[in-house]
Amino acid sequence: MPHSTVQHPVATRYLALGAGTVALLVVVVASLAIGSRPVPPDVVVAALLGQDVPAGDWRAVVELRVPRTVIGCAVGIALGVAGALIQAVTRNPLADPGILGVTAGSSFFVALGVVLLGLSSPEQYVWLALAGALVATVAVALVGGSGGARVDPVRLTLAGVALTAVLAGVVSGLRIAAPRTFNALLTWETGSLVDRGWQVAGPVLPFIAIGLVTALLLGGSLNALALGDDVATALGSTVWVTRVGAVLAVTLLAGGATAIVGPISFIGLMVPHVARWIAGPDQRWIIALTVLLAPVLLLTADVLARVVLWPGEMPVGIVTAFVGAPVLIALVRRQKAFAL
Amino acid sequence: MSAVRTALPLAAATVALAVVALMLGDYPLTVPQVLTALTGTSGFESTMVLEWRLPRVTAAILFGAALAISGALFQTLTRNPLGSPDLIGFATGSYTGVIVVTVVLGTSVVTTTAGALLGGLGTAILVYLLAYRRGVQGFRLIVVGIGVTAMLHALNTWLLLRAQEEVAMGAAIWGTGSLSLTSWSDVVPAVGVLLVTAPLVVWASRPLRQLELGDDAAAAHGVRVEPTRLAIIGLGILLTALVTAATGPIAFVALAAPQVAKRLWTGAGIPLVHSALTGAFLLLGADLLAQYVPAQPVPVGVVTVVLGGLYLLGVLIREARRA
Repeated sequence: MPHSTVQHPVATRYLALGAGTVALLVVVVASLAIGSRPVPPDVVVAALLGQDVPAGDWRAVVELRVPRTVIGCAVGIALGVAGALIQAVTRNPLADPGILGVTAGSSFFVALGVVLLGLSSPEQYVWLALAGALVATVAVALVGGSGGARVDPVRLTLAGVALTAVLAGVVSGLRIAAPRTFNALLTWETGSLVDRGWQVAGPVLPFIAIGLVTALLLGGSLNALALGDDVATALGSTVWVTRVGAVLAVTLLAGGATAIVGPISFIGLMVPHVARWIAGPDQRWIIALTVLLAPVLLLTADVLARVVLWPGEMPVGIVTAFVGAPVLIALVRRQKAFAL
Repeated sequence: MSAVRTALPLAAATVALAVVALMLGDYPLTVPQVLTALTGTSGFESTMVLEWRLPRVTAAILFGAALAISGALFQTLTRNPLGSPDLIGFATGSYTGVIVVTVVLGTSVVTTTAGALLGGLGTAILVYLLAYRRGVQGFRLIVVGIGVTAMLHALNTWLLLRAQEEVAMGAAIWGTGSLSLTSWSDVVPAVGVLLVTAPLVVWASRPLRQLELGDDAAAAHGVRVEPTRLAIIGLGILLTALVTAATGPIAFVALAAPQVAKRLWTGAGIPLVHSALTGAFLLLGADLLAQYVPAQPVPVGVVTVVLGGLYLLGVLIREARRA
């Protein structure tokens, strides 16, 4: 374990909790105020308070930016907590639902549904996204954590790369068979918060909520698991229940998030590291801080995605890859990162 | 002697598969017909075999061999069965290069080749530099490659989203990796350049064997370790780059072929000749699968990425079990 609890007094943790809350409020405001349609701040406030504002402004703020911000928060939390869980269960600092192929599993099943079954509505493909996430998570757990032995982080990462490659290969084969769905599929494959309204997110949010509650309940058992399977058992923790619970929570969180926005990588990699750096190795604190910080990161990336090509937009998944990949590289250059 | 004895069956299998590839098509031929056609004396059938089918078979064999040798060089140097140009972002970088030149300059063989070469080499150098920290350790190289690949992949997606649909479709087809070269005029230049690199491979094989024994042992044998390693990595990248420029990225042949070859061979280390033959056999076989198994022919890159990815997963699961 790289950190001891002594270095992380309770005060630091509560300070981080407070700072995280403030940061979250700031980015939520930014996300409501910034977009391709310039809306003055007072009009934004008026629209949110339900006062009379021009129809275009009202639509931009209330119908587009509010759901987008809420969905951004939910997806950020889901991906961040899923990353924290996978890192804890596999004891792998390089784990992330995107890197390990969980989101690729989701998007693969959705692509199958879109191309082969002609599905188009989220109520239909949320089940496929969840099934895909489950299959991929189980595959990852099979490679990474089945025997309880410590698995080399790089091997697990490679397994994710291999899984992603296989699934992407099949999807590109399908795409050649059905070129007309090519463009629709490409947009969805990137990971974007554009045009994801309530009707897309509504059916999925309950799944994310269940996954989040499961994750919060697992915090203590994950701490026991970090000491090794034998010690965890001796402490009265049922190891397999913890593992199965974590796999199900990751499935609901990562699958749900992918069903709404498509694959977004690296949120689940970066945020738990920051949380661990602030709060030390206690999983309950890592998860709590992740819940606050992950939406900060995703919404910041999304606001950036709206600004860099203004008035056009960039898919947020591209921004997170650009921010997150350097973090992965920095982590692997730091040998200490392997001692999770 | 044992090397020859194990290489011969591989060579025979590749030749047999090549004959099968020459038989198949819209107009199927029998074995005697193919053999007669190869002598150039049977009119239309000779045209079909020599002009239409043989270029593709030749390309599959030579490109497969080149990719496999490239993989064998990487795996020997990194002392890691997972070391491969596939995993250090090479193909994605080539793809970025091709998309950029396609969007900026339009499509032609020269610009595509140049874009693929520059993109791939640039990526390889970047990954090498980022992974460098008092020498290059294999695993760090791989994870840095994964990170850089993710960034380039994001960049590629973004470029394709911005490009016009025809451009995007054209680049995407290149991006899947295909052997559907139709004539000798496409195959000959690529093959010619590959043959020029053959002496380099022969040159590399001696210091390679010494580096295999460890850096210290190699240095004791008079090998200048870092420059030699760099030169051999450069050669490996060059081989992959030449193939990728001609076909688009064909994933995982470089990864899988040397390991399969190693299992077929009884000696120590990764045998270059066996790897080359295995690579030729695998790519030829994958191309046959790509052409005749799906309802509609798919690029061979789709087949190799699926089979090779499954192979990689299998290796990792088996190692996890053993650990």
